[in-house]
Amino acid sequence: MQKMIISELTQAMQDLAKGFAHYLPRLLVMLILAFVGWLIAYLVKAILRSILRLIKFDRLSENAGASQLLATAALPSATEMLSRFVFWVTWLGFILLGVSVLGILGLQEQIARFFLFLPRLFVAVLILFFGMLAAGFAARAALLAAVNANVPSARLLSLAVRSIIMVFVLSVVFEELGLAEQTMLVAFGIAFGALMLGLAIAFGIGGRELARRFLEEKFVRIKKGHDEDELSPL
Amino acid sequence: MEDGNFLTDDFLRQLINVGEADILVGLPTHNNAKTVGSIVHTIRNGILRGFPRERAVIINADGGSRDGTPELITGVSIDDVRPPSNVYALRTLHAISTKYASTPQSGVALRTILAAAELLRAKACVVISPESEGITPEWISNLLRPVYYEGFDLVSPTYRRHKFDGLLTTNLLYPMVRALYGARIREAYMSEFGFSGRLGSEFLGQNRWNDGIGGNGTELRLTLAAVTGGFRICQSFLGKKDPVERRAADLVATLRQSVGVLFSALEFDFDVWSTLSGSHEVPTTGNDIELLMDPLRVNRKRLREMFANGVSELESVFQSILSASTLAELKRIVGLGEEQFRYPAELWVRTVYEFAAAYQKSVINRDHIIQALAPLFRGRVFTFVVENRNGSAKDVANNIEGLCLEFERLKPYLIEMWKSKE
Repeated sequence: MQKMIISELTQAMQDLAKGFAHYLPRLLVMLILAFVGWLIAYLVKAILRSILRLIKFDRLSENAGASQLLATAALPSATEMLSRFVFWVTWLGFILLGVSVLGILGLQEQIARFFLFLPRLFVAVLILFFGMLAAGFAARAALLAAVNANVPSARLLSLAVRSIIMVFVLSVVFEELGLAEQTMLVAFGIAFGALMLGLAIAFGIGGRELARRFLEEKFVRIKKGHDEDELSPL
Repeated sequence: MEDGNFLTDDFLRQLINVGEADILVGLPTHNNAKTVGSIVHTIRNGILRGFPRERAVIINADGGSRDGTPELITGVSIDDVRPPSNVYALRTLHAISTKYASTPQSGVALRTILAAAELLRAKACVVISPESEGITPEWISNLLRPVYYEGFDLVSPTYRRHKFDGLLTTNLLYPMVRALYGARIREAYMSEFGFSGRLGSEFLGQNRWNDGIGGNGTELRLTLAAVTGGFRICQSFLGKKDPVERRAADLVATLRQSVGVLFSALEFDFDVWSTLSGSHEVPTTGNDIELLMDPLRVNRKRLREMFANGVSELESVFQSILSASTLAELKRIVGLGEEQFRYPAELWVRTVYEFAAAYQKSVINRDHIIQALAPLFRGRVFTFVVENRNGSAKDVANNIEGLCLEFERLKPYLIEMWKSKE
């Protein structure tokens, strides 16, 4: 009996040692991959940061309105954020590559899914950024046009333009990420429809006078009244 | 020599038929049937009186008129003009019309006229605005003689105008061109002007016609090209200029083709203007400034309201363009009552220079920068109107001179901003 127990224990110890010996090189490879990954990620981050500074990415981000959002949330600049994001994604990629070397069953499938998800994540981030850029541009164009045409509530109009574009952009981003597609589709439909209906009612009720004045100015030759200050600039 | 590929075959054929010309009169038009008949009549009269022995041609560059404007120009024969002095042309006076596009583009029209002048080897050319109803035959002589007989390359006009007419010219274009380019040219953005074939050819070859902005405000570009190219420039007094009726929406378009062009030219001419200091007079025939003092009703309240509304609504835009101190000062004057409200010359100059630097650095979309200037310009107009409503012509002239000196004094501030990286 005693002999049997000792034999089993010895066997268990031998299996453990064998398993350890089997995993140790893989663990070492994982650690090496993580370290090399950190170095590469750091290098990529530094290069990307320089490129972004060179192309004045912060100014683009300011135009898109992303910088204001980041500042409100007490986050670093857009250049820094994107550099860090790329650093972590790269490093995480290497760590997961290392983990896959360990050969843990089930984990490999998850890792493969993560790598398949990465391109979609990048595309979603790009869509979000350029969407914000387009929304910022259109909102500012609307604001300037409204102010110069002396339209009341110019900022509200600008905000409406920004909101419409951002709702559309966010719906595309979520669809790209594959997150709650159905929910997002319905939410987008409701939000967009509500916004349009709201604008139509607001313009219908509040803009009657404005529309009348606009049409009069466009099609009827009215006597000089409020236009009497329009001195020839050149 | 510029290649004339953009000219139509028919137009080239007509130019070949003309051969060579001494005098060329350019007339860019678009639906100007109401006025162009009398203008062409006056032009022909002017040529008969001033240049009866010279070979002359009228070139009409039309932007797709649908009211028969080109036919009115080409249909008037020389025999229709019977000058009282019994002077008759010894040469044929040709009138050619070409449609350069279906929509009017002043830059393309001028390019067509310049190309025609080059092909005809014209010695002296003049461009007349089809809106200048007050034109007299003397205008033609006054614009052509300095080029044809005295060897000048560019003749810029001066007019008799109301003291509150052309306020963008008196409050921005003239003082800024004078301060930066060193030449006191009253009307840098010219609607009528004379030029030599030499300047025309040089400009035709140099100007960036296809860069998207080469089409607008080309007249201002021509003036600046003449200054930077060392060409001989003079001014000639023409007479009374009737103001062109404009609406509020036109201000932004006007800013684009005048201030926008000036700001963009500053970028290319930096090496020239950054080394100049002070300014010099330009030889002038007649008065360089003559102001009409008739009373004029101006809705000052609305001007101030649009300024105040602009400053408050566009604060986020101004934060990208203006320095913190300038923006703070603008916000302060917005709060002043109508009687106390003034947009002082120094603040106006700082504003304009900061806009120019922001344009150079493209801190936001360049067209948005120009649009954002419109409400601030209205504030400046308000101040100019208030400061000069009871002033004599001399007072107004002194006021403009003071503003010019302010532009000259603060020029180093612009250079400093221009050179800074932020």
